Amino acid sequence: MKNPHWFAALAGVVRRDILLAARRKSDVLTTLFFFVIVVSLFPLGIGPEMDMLRQIAPGVLWVAALLATMLSLNRLFATDYADGTLEQMGLSAVPLGVLVVGKVFAHWLLSGLPLVLLAPVLGLQFDLAPRALVVLMAALAIGTPVLSLIGAIGAALTLGVRGGGVLVSLLVLPLYIPVLIFGAGAVEADISGLGPAAHLSLLAAILAATAFFGPWATTVALRIALE
Amino acid sequence: MNGMDNRLINWFHFSSPQTFYPLAGKLMPWFAVLAALFGIAGLYLGFFVAPTDAQQGEGYRIIFVHVAASWMSMFLYLVMAFWAALCLGFNTRLSGMMASAVAPTGAMFAFLSLWTGALWGKPMWGTWWVWDARLTSELILLFLYLGYIALQSAIDDPRRADKAGAVLAIVGVINVPIIYFSVKWWNTLHQGASVSLTKSPSMAQTMLWGMLLMALCFWMYAIAVVLQRVRAIILERERHAGWVEHLKEVAK
Repeated sequence: MKNPHWFAALAGVVRRDILLAARRKSDVLTTLFFFVIVVSLFPLGIGPEMDMLRQIAPGVLWVAALLATMLSLNRLFATDYADGTLEQMGLSAVPLGVLVVGKVFAHWLLSGLPLVLLAPVLGLQFDLAPRALVVLMAALAIGTPVLSLIGAIGAALTLGVRGGGVLVSLLVLPLYIPVLIFGAGAVEADISGLGPAAHLSLLAAILAATAFFGPWATTVALRIALE
Repeated sequence: MNGMDNRLINWFHFSSPQTFYPLAGKLMPWFAVLAALFGIAGLYLGFFVAPTDAQQGEGYRIIFVHVAASWMSMFLYLVMAFWAALCLGFNTRLSGMMASAVAPTGAMFAFLSLWTGALWGKPMWGTWWVWDARLTSELILLFLYLGYIALQSAIDDPRRADKAGAVLAIVGVINVPIIYFSVKWWNTLHQGASVSLTKSPSMAQTMLWGMLLMALCFWMYAIAVVLQRVRAIILERERHAGWVEHLKEVAK
């Protein structure tokens, strides 16, 4: 399809969401600090033995990333829904699905990418080897877009619904489980010497599938909410 | 001469709540009776006819409930997703009502399966819970049911609740195999306490029959309960419709 204005609209949505986030930095930073604090709580709860920490590090970092992404989900559509922007997007000549892709991508840039960049620093606290840190970053880089894509479905389904914030966790967290398993599994496989390639390939396969189906399901869910 | 036409009319005839309500009322007792008959036969076979297991003693008899409940919990999720797909595809009201009527029964069976599994596991393996692939994915299945029910009950407008639930059910049904295999791989990677659930000793013929009868019993029970629940949902949602007021159970 040669539709240059689709790309223009997509880029416009991404630019707009990033600009909005830049004007209200606290929203983005709160989620990041949440990630840092949750990860730092585990050694305090479990104890400072480095052997133990090295073992639990991949799981802890991934679970914290899951929770941090989930917290930022209500930012995805809620304000646009409240002020009517979303309705205008639904009426636009550009298909809503294209705009959804833009919004999800912007969400990943704002909440997923910072986690990828922060993770190695936190991984050092858990005494991970440099190679494991690289694998952790790679796994997060492939996995966090999936979290944004699946989370968008949950965020769209709970738009304007009572108790939406808590509800979205109930809907989305079970669906995050494969990402958690393969993401944390990649780092563990690398530490144990099996090599992370299989896990990373599976994560990439999940990303490909959700990148295809996710925006479509999100669009259907948004249409239902806008009815 | 118009066979095709007739069949179409017959199918769609019962797709409106008004015509389905009396049909469900007529069918429900039959399925309830079938459930009772299969249940009596299955329990009799399971408790009195099936031989005591050489390794597991009498405790194994819980499988007559446990296995059938697990089967039903998975099967009902597919049934729910089927009605959800019809609800989204054809935008029919009754399909959404059916999907939301199936969910509590499915969740109940998932819970029953986990509970009886724990009761079975304690005497057999000495622990209530192992992080086995099947147990873990059954637990996640319960979470998926609970998420569906929570989403539906959080939305006040029933039409929106049905459709939003339908999207979630379909997303869930695509995810179920992915979750199952990921949990399975995770389990083989971690294999701590090695308890094999898959390698069951060859099963006596009577045990298999007992399990099948119990599965049929649960199936019939599920149909009966879902029909009754869908009748309640129809009455609740259509309470302002004229035909409801003419029902003899509603009219004073």
